[in-house]
Amino acid sequence: MTHTTAHPPAHAQRQSFLRKHVFSVDHKVIGRQYLDLALVAVVTGMVLSWLMRFHLGWPDTPVPLLGKLAPTGAAGGVMTPEYYLELMTMHGTIMVFFVLTTAPFAGFGNYFLPIHVGAEDMAFPRINMMSFWVTLLAFLVLVAAFFVGDGPPLSGWTAYAPLSAVGKDAGPGQGSGQTLWAISIGIFCIAQLLGSLNFIATTLDLRTKGMSLARLPYATWAWFVTAVIALVAFAVLLPACILLILDRVAGTSFFIPGGLVISDRLQPHMGGSPLLWQHLFWFFGHPEVYVAILPGFGIISQILPVFARKPLLGPRVFIACLVAIAFLSYTVWGHHMFLSGMNPFSATLFSVPTLVITIPAAIITLLWIGTVYGARLRLTSASLFALGFVSVFVSGGISGFFLAQPSTDIYLHGTYFVVAHFHFVMGVAAMFGIFAGTYFWFPKMFGRMMSETLGKWHFWLTFIGVYCIFMPMHYLGLAGNVRRYSAFTDDYLQPLIPLHRFITIAALFTGAVQLIFLFNLIRSRLRGPKAADNPWEATTLEWSTSSPPPHDNFGGRRPTVAYGPNEYGVAGPAGRDYVMQAAAQ
Amino acid sequence: MPEPSVAAATVHAGSEPSPFGVPSRKLAMWMFIVADAATFAAVLFAYGYVRVANPDWTRPFAVWPSIVNGVVMTVILLTSSLTMIAAVLAAQAERRAVAVRWLGATMALGAMFAALHLREWIAMIGEGWRLFRNPLGGTPLVGATFFSITGLHLLHVVSGVVVIGVIALGYRKSRFDAGHLETTGLYWHFVDLVWMFVFPLIYLLNVR
Repeated sequence: MTHTTAHPPAHAQRQSFLRKHVFSVDHKVIGRQYLDLALVAVVTGMVLSWLMRFHLGWPDTPVPLLGKLAPTGAAGGVMTPEYYLELMTMHGTIMVFFVLTTAPFAGFGNYFLPIHVGAEDMAFPRINMMSFWVTLLAFLVLVAAFFVGDGPPLSGWTAYAPLSAVGKDAGPGQGSGQTLWAISIGIFCIAQLLGSLNFIATTLDLRTKGMSLARLPYATWAWFVTAVIALVAFAVLLPACILLILDRVAGTSFFIPGGLVISDRLQPHMGGSPLLWQHLFWFFGHPEVYVAILPGFGIISQILPVFARKPLLGPRVFIACLVAIAFLSYTVWGHHMFLSGMNPFSATLFSVPTLVITIPAAIITLLWIGTVYGARLRLTSASLFALGFVSVFVSGGISGFFLAQPSTDIYLHGTYFVVAHFHFVMGVAAMFGIFAGTYFWFPKMFGRMMSETLGKWHFWLTFIGVYCIFMPMHYLGLAGNVRRYSAFTDDYLQPLIPLHRFITIAALFTGAVQLIFLFNLIRSRLRGPKAADNPWEATTLEWSTSSPPPHDNFGGRRPTVAYGPNEYGVAGPAGRDYVMQAAAQ
Repeated sequence: MPEPSVAAATVHAGSEPSPFGVPSRKLAMWMFIVADAATFAAVLFAYGYVRVANPDWTRPFAVWPSIVNGVVMTVILLTSSLTMIAAVLAAQAERRAVAVRWLGATMALGAMFAALHLREWIAMIGEGWRLFRNPLGGTPLVGATFFSITGLHLLHVVSGVVVIGVIALGYRKSRFDAGHLETTGLYWHFVDLVWMFVFPLIYLLNVR
């Protein structure tokens, strides 16, 4: 049988500007494009959250300029409840899809996975380029919802039916805005499928001589497992979005029950089930949570040993736990639906694997703590954010125990307790993974060091800030403060307004702190001191090549690997305490 | 660590052997099939869900002509899998002209399947079936699930015919090799396999 080789084509060194920097098939350029897209998205999403937070603290105070930007949604600068929901929907969608999926998985994964395995590029460079441009298209379609008809949708990032399915009658933004949402997410699914194929094929097939699976760096293991999760999860969200679009434009009733009267109009639908949408969405949605967080797991597991100068504790256990989480992530989706009118027996069925999945997650956390235990830790911005990751992940994980129980979840699910939980465990933790990765890999990507002083200020202010924002939300939730509501002025929640104001101030402050990070990024890019090839004394292959790596990553010669990624605290060559993966045997 | 015994060293010179001993393109096709299977599983799950939830489900198909038509379509699609295998075997034996002819036969059978399916669609639309209307008076989801699920499958068949055509042309000009045919064949067999789920679930369960 003849097997053809699918070597990545050797790129010509001389290329036009467009080919080199815009329509490039180089995985490093594509990775940076993903990260740039995520940066634009995260600023957008953060501004939306500021507007929401301000409204929650001071519901009647006009926001300057907002009245001009959204004359219908916020006439005179005070937003309507519907406009609040539109901001919430766009904030969630942008953050989950275009930040938490795009940056740690597609962005860093694209840049470093091929280098980690010792390849010149991805297995399918053209498909790789296509997946970025399709992602960008999805983002543009989503943002277009701000500018059409009556604005963006208000059904949340989960697009719960029938609100998302019935069309204009359901409120402002439920016309063309919601359709654009469904189209955008459908397009995004296609991009992720293409990207995942590439990650899997590259990891399995393009490993250089000696790079056995056991010697793969941990970040690459995490990206690989994430790609496997994303492959199946997005393949289910895609048809769900198509069915939703059919409900909206072709008159089908997959997700719409009969006899529904909305805005005094009997909807011409019958026979569908809103629960069906929730099943399909959460079958995607829960694995998606792990798509957002597992790359962070990998990045942290790669960074902690470098700065602890100790090998990662139990590397094989770590990988086994990653695989276990990937498998279990498909069995727990119903815990998002305890409150949806599911059969109580189903709730028990979903509660058990939800509690089981905490075991591998807890083991991984203990492995991190065991790795830094007794170490002479080098405190850098990267290692601080890695430790911060462990902290916020544990804080967010512990509230998960309460939510995994149907009996307690039924009280807590509709409250700020859940907002606190998923922002800690998925949002902030994944963001800390992105920050850690940025401080760690910036010297490799741009050949210049970032300012450590600014980095440490950024870390401490952000760390304190996120706890000030999200810790009080647990209390709000226990006190019965419902989520997805725009203002709580006239009811029993009035006494909680001061706490909301505290959270708002903390959110504005923490957001402003990110300007330090942006400033550091830009200034270091232009004026930072030149980076050495291996400034952190790390072992993996990206540190064996120049900073930034040449076009084909290793200057025409693929490295041979003789060691695992975990050789820290050993008697290495030339008096070093580590052995690089590409070191001669 | 023992080296895998599969003939994997041919895959990438200078690389660690792939654990599955398959080239990237074929591996990617298998991964695509995994994802596509999840897609079809999702729509078939949705079909089962709304079917159980609707007591007024109506069964639109009579044995003649619908089921007979469906059986003929099934036989045609199964045969096209056989001709695809013949094409791959011929290509692996370096008999290019023969392989191209078998690919042509596969395309013809695929096109025949699509034509019979469209004829069925047109007949049903003539009877008043729509995505949102059930002429028999039961739940409109019968039409919605029928057209969307068979439509998704039909889309796969039609794109398969186009892809086989592209591969056949390139193969005749020696731009592609037997490996390309094999990978395309994987896709075609998968489309065939999906029909083996769609036909009983959508047709046979809905006989009047």
